[in-house]
Formats: sequence, C-alpha cells, structure tokens
Amino acid sequence: MTQLTKAAHRRAVPDQARRGPPPPPPNRGFDWRTAMIPTLIGMVSVVVVFGTIAWFVTSAETWPRIKLQFFNIDAMIAAFPRVLQGFWVNMQVWLIVLACIVIWALVLAVVRALRAPWFAPFRLMVMIYIDIFRGVPVLLLVLLFGFGIPALNLPGLPSSGLFWGAVAMVLSYAAYVAEIYRSGIDAVHEGQRAAAKSLGLSEWQTLRYAILPQALRNVVPALMNIVVALQKDVALLSVIGVRDAVREAQIYTATTFNYSSLIVAAGLFLLATVPMARLADYLTRRDRQRRLQIAD
Amino acid sequence: MTPKIDINNVTKYFGDKLVLDRVSLRVNPHEVVCLIGASGSGKSTLLRCVNRLVEHDYGTIRLDGVSVDDPGFGKTGLQQRAGIVFQSYNLFPHMNVLDNITLAPRRVHGQLRAAAEDRGRDVLARFGMDGFAAAYPEQLSGGQQQRVAIARALMTRPDVLLLDEITAALDPELVGDVLAIIRGLKDEGMTMMIVTHEMGFARECADRVAFLDGGVILEEDTPDRLFGNPQEDRTQAFLQRIIAAGRL
Repeated sequence: MTQLTKAAHRRAVPDQARRGPPPPPPNRGFDWRTAMIPTLIGMVSVVVVFGTIAWFVTSAETWPRIKLQFFNIDAMIAAFPRVLQGFWVNMQVWLIVLACIVIWALVLAVVRALRAPWFAPFRLMVMIYIDIFRGVPVLLLVLLFGFGIPALNLPGLPSSGLFWGAVAMVLSYAAYVAEIYRSGIDAVHEGQRAAAKSLGLSEWQTLRYAILPQALRNVVPALMNIVVALQKDVALLSVIGVRDAVREAQIYTATTFNYSSLIVAAGLFLLATVPMARLADYLTRRDRQRRLQIAD
Repeated sequence: MTPKIDINNVTKYFGDKLVLDRVSLRVNPHEVVCLIGASGSGKSTLLRCVNRLVEHDYGTIRLDGVSVDDPGFGKTGLQQRAGIVFQSYNLFPHMNVLDNITLAPRRVHGQLRAAAEDRGRDVLARFGMDGFAAAYPEQLSGGQQQRVAIARALMTRPDVLLLDEITAALDPELVGDVLAIIRGLKDEGMTMMIVTHEMGFARECADRVAFLDGGVILEEDTPDRLFGNPQEDRTQAFLQRIIAAGRL
C-alpha cells in the first residue's frame, strides 16, 4: 500500500515539473459584464426612484404653478447672462480665497507645531486665534468685516466690501485648515523627528524637510473636502452686496417675482462642485491605495 | 587618554519612572562597547542620551571631553560627533536614497549639491547600494533600508556611531549583511556604542560588554569574561534565557 502511494507520488512530481505551472485562471482581466452590472442596476434604480418622484410632483395639481415659479424656461434664459457673470465672480473669489487660506493656515500650523520654548507665546496666540475664528459663524464675520470695516473709512485701507468679506472668509476657514494641517503633522511618526534631529537639522529644518512634506501628503483628502465646501460658501459674500451668482439671481427675482434664476444659479454651482467632489474621491482613493501599499 | 564617550553618574526619569540610575560608562577611541539587557532595562535610553535625543536629568555625558548639555555645543557640533542608526531605519519616505543621505550635508553643513552627491554615491557604493540612489525607501528591503540609514549617519563623518538594535526589525537572512558592515566599520577604527540582542555578534565584535538591568549597569567586562563567566546572578539568568532561546 505505502509502496504504491510512494510510487505514484514519485511519478507525479516529474510529470508536473515537465508540464510547468498550471495556466492562469480565465477571466483574470477586466470583465465588462461583471463591471457593468452594478452600474446598470444603479442607473436603473436612480431612474426609477427619481422618475417616480418626478411623476408624482409633475402630476400634482399645483405643478403648473411650481413650474412657472421655479422652472420657467423663458425666465431662466433671461436671467442666465447676469447669473453666469456673477458666477464668474464666485469662481474668481473662490480661487483667490483658497490660495490665501492654504498659505495662512500653513503659517498658523507651523507656528503651532514648533516646540522651542521661546515659541510658547506664539503658540498660545495661534490657539486663541483658532478658538475665536472657529467659534464665530462665518456669516457673522462676513457681515462684520464686509459692512463694518468699509464703514470706518480707514485711510490707506481698501474700502471694498468684497475685499473685507473675502478677508473674513480667509480668517475663518484658515482656522479649520490649520487644524487639518496639525492633524497631518501629528500623524507623522515620531521617529522621523528623531532622525532629523540626530542629523543636526534645526527645528525649522526638521519641519521643512522631514515633517511637512509628509504631513501635507497626509491631509490632501481632508483639504479637498474644504475646497469643495468653500466653492459654494463663497456665495455668502452675496449678503454684503457682492454681485455674485446668488446676488444676481436675487436681483432678477426681486424685479420679476420669479425664482427660476435661483435654480439657474444652483445648477451652475452643481456644475462646479460635483466634478470637484469626484476629484476629491479620486484623490482619497489614490491616497488609500498608497497607504495600503506601504502597509504591505 | 580622553575617552570618546564619558558617561558619569547619569540618571534619567520618565515621569516618576526611574529608567537610568547613576549609570557610568566610558568608551575609549576606536573601542566598541555593546549594551545588552532585557527590554526596558534602559539601554536605548542611555544611547539616546549620548546624542541628546533624550535629555538626562542628573550626571554628565561628555563627548571628546565636551559636555553634551553645554549650550555652546550646538546641535550641529553634537551631531558631527555622534551619528545614530535606529531599529526602524527612520528613513524619510518622501525622499529617494540619495536625497536621504545628502540632506544633512547640504542643509546642515552647507555643502553644495554636487559635492554632497558625489560623496553620497561613494558611501552607497561602499555598502553595495550604488544601484539604488534614485529608489525610494519603500521600494527597498529592510536590510537595504538599514544600509542606507547607516550611510546617512556616516555622511557627516561622525567620530562616534550609536546603533540602536539595528538588526532587530530585519528578517533573519538579512541580519548578516548589516552586521558585516558594522564589522567593517570596527576594522576602520570607528568608535561605537551598540545596543543589541545579537549576543553572538556582541561576543565576537565588542571590546567590552555592559549588562543593564533596571537602569543600572550590573556588570561590565570583556565579552569572553562576561559571557563565559558572568559574576552577577541577574546576568547569569539573562544569559540562560538567551541560550534557551538559541540566540548564543
């Protein structure tokens, strides 16, 4: 019995060796059918759900009035050029404010991260700053800065509400972003500091060359979230009279008592924010894959 | 003769916990001293006190006769005297190998990029890593990363090298390569203080071995005497456990 199995075993090995390894299993590559099914199911269910809602809404007795008030094609076309012009203001303000926030918040985070004893008063100031500007509503700050400071007529300072409103947004958002940076800095392993310090790098050099590059990479997904939020929050500046998309839409509404212009503005914001949200998803996914690879 | 490292009555607390208790140790030029002992015995802390990654509470540590807490010493001067290599390599993951090892020469010692990189390539070549100058740490094996870390510590030409369990995180088949590098450095006359769990290596390579237990150097002797005829009960018990684990 053992003789037999041994003989069979002995024969089996060289056979397998001669044949080489088994072929790769089929369907290892990208399979369109399995990839499409979830997408198709998703699309069909979206169409069904929203189609049903749309059917109920449009078949309601008040629908013609709703349509006239909110989805009036003529009013939309009439309002579009002005709203688009305003939206262009939104996008410009968004980019400029974003650039200022990213830089100012980095300054705050760096001051807070430096551990040298003589930095203690600066660290405390940054902490108080963050507490204040995170604790006060952005809308309130925009009103306070946008109306308040120009009203003072201070010599040598810009008197534009747009400028001071934007400053308020930068001050407020930077407090949040500084905290995001800080979490990224804290997440860098302590051994990196030890290595940099043992090489003789000063505290600033340690931050600049060893810690910050890693920290910034860590916080990209969280920052993207802020970028998307800011993209629509710049519309807050409309309350101080900045003629952005929302303001232009309101002006149209005030003269015609038709709200379709606001829908136009909403559509424009969606056109801008949805791609940004997808980009944020993509960056987050890529970051996750990078971490998993390192973990291997 | 001035010792390279002169540790005198050093005491260190972490909070209320006493981690080093009046430790004294001298390392003479070109000497290799191994610190052995169980985890938590204070060996790594002692090592880190020497280049001031950890600040000791009492006592003095002198490098080449200069106290490490002398404010005039400066970090740069201290670091020029003592390089350290860590168990977990601690390479900078966002920099390639060449940038990792040239960071300190360029940013701390103000060398020009070309000069620093020339020397960097020489040092890498010496450790068989010349093909990996553009690689990132995560693309390297543990043994290769540790070789780069040693190269990085040597780039600033330190007088003393501190090695903190540098083979503890390596796969067994990679330990030999790294230890061979350390033997090479010893042959060149590098002064070294080595925290290690590789008793075979300590026995063969060290001029003296110090056994730490509970923050105290219980016994300090030549490797032959300490491993062959330990005087203290605690040393004997520790070595028994090592032998039982097949590590000596």
